[in-house]
Amino acid sequence: MAGEKGVVLLDFWVSPFGQRVRIALQEKCVEYEYKEQDLANKSELLLKYNPVHKKIPVLVHDGKPVCESLVIVQYIDEFWSHKSPLLPSDPYCRANARFWADFIDKKIYDCGTRLWKLKGEGKEEAKKEMIEALKLLEGELGEKKYFGGESFGFVDVALVPFVSWFYAYETCGNFSVEKECPKIVAWGKRCMERESVSKTLEDPKKVYEFVLVLKKRFGVE
Amino acid sequence: MKSGTVKLHGSWGSFYSHRVQLALHLKGVKYEYIEEDLENKSPSLLSYNPVHKKVPVLVHGDCPIAESLVILQYVDEVWKANPIMPVDDPYERAMVSFWCHFVDDKLRKSFRSAIRSSGEGQAEAIEEFHQNLMFLEKKLAVNGTKFFGGEKIDMLDIVMGCGSHWFKAFEEVSGVKLIDPNSFPHFITWNQSFLEFEQVKEVIPPAAKMIDYAKSIYKNILGHVHFSSEVIALILQVFKWNPKSRCLLSAFQELDSKSSSKVKAQCP
Repeated sequence: MAGEKGVVLLDFWVSPFGQRVRIALQEKCVEYEYKEQDLANKSELLLKYNPVHKKIPVLVHDGKPVCESLVIVQYIDEFWSHKSPLLPSDPYCRANARFWADFIDKKIYDCGTRLWKLKGEGKEEAKKEMIEALKLLEGELGEKKYFGGESFGFVDVALVPFVSWFYAYETCGNFSVEKECPKIVAWGKRCMERESVSKTLEDPKKVYEFVLVLKKRFGVE
Repeated sequence: MKSGTVKLHGSWGSFYSHRVQLALHLKGVKYEYIEEDLENKSPSLLSYNPVHKKVPVLVHGDCPIAESLVILQYVDEVWKANPIMPVDDPYERAMVSFWCHFVDDKLRKSFRSAIRSSGEGQAEAIEEFHQNLMFLEKKLAVNGTKFFGGEKIDMLDIVMGCGSHWFKAFEEVSGVKLIDPNSFPHFITWNQSFLEFEQVKEVIPPAAKMIDYAKSIYKNILGHVHFSSEVIALILQVFKWNPKSRCLLSAFQELDSKSSSKVKAQCP
């Protein structure tokens, strides 16, 4: 692949991290080749292009790999800067966007995983943290259309894939995101009106079925 | 674009604070430094960083920015002198960003596992740390330059260099050789160059002082006793459950929770 022109994405169908990259590429109208990866049996290609983490997503642009979803999204934003900017131009607003994207990375996936993996007190703790995190994000969103203001931006890309996981989190944790954070749910619906999002996110019921497969694999009833 | 005074809420012992101090110094930015007592955080800090309640926090004008990697990118974008990230090359910028996150998310995480474990668990954590450090060792070997940033330090040098005294502290306390010069010759040389870099010496307290400080925290971690429910039950049995032992039990429980938060506040 070295020396080859074009954009290739090594990814896994339900990964919210991979979906961030797909959404960013679509927002920028970048054509790319999607290569589904078998995470139980990682390909030589994946191990070659991400020897450090051995994870998806990996964007390979003209033979050069970029790893880590938020690093990739920033790269996409900087390289294809002529269309649909995801990060604002003002440095303070950029810093604010990076801060909240980092917060989402630290909280949402980890709490979500603990929600389906753990039982009893561990699960309750994860639920409490998840709700707290979503409420903080709701506070940051405020009355804005998107986290990026009038434009769909970096924080929106970072968070929106997890919207399709809410049903799984709610079912495992026995709570309602709509009840706790109605503005986040309303924001999620606005995002789904964008083609880049609606064509990328999986049906929440399908995500939940995937979580059930994971629970079985990890021996969690 | 924000303007106005620049303030930095930091802690002298926090290498996350050092990162920001170093970047500001490299760029010749004048700022007011506010030393925070991590066991008694100021109302200003808590209002500027309500989410994480941690140092460092940069306040530009009256606008706060938290999280050291976010602050470093902000500083680089606002003050253009002596860039710490490649300019005008999205791919090279992505690479620096990737490696900075690797240091914080993977390398330091494996080091934290090593200092908090013992025996076989520690040996495994150290092995993982070595695997992670080898990526940086090879990067330095391939680059063939003094620093990750070439002849000058860049963001990766700052992120990796600040806090590297912890490795020496671990070795001196545990007696375990963590970074063997035969396996990591380029890393050892790079670390020495970093510590001798003029602006690093001007900003960061001397290595000996930082090592001693890290050692005291590490010894605190090692000497810290968690009073598990089983131990508490044993204490109750030993004192045959009378009013005096109830007070003693409460004292042990309070000591346990206090020392937990103190240790957590200062750990890498």
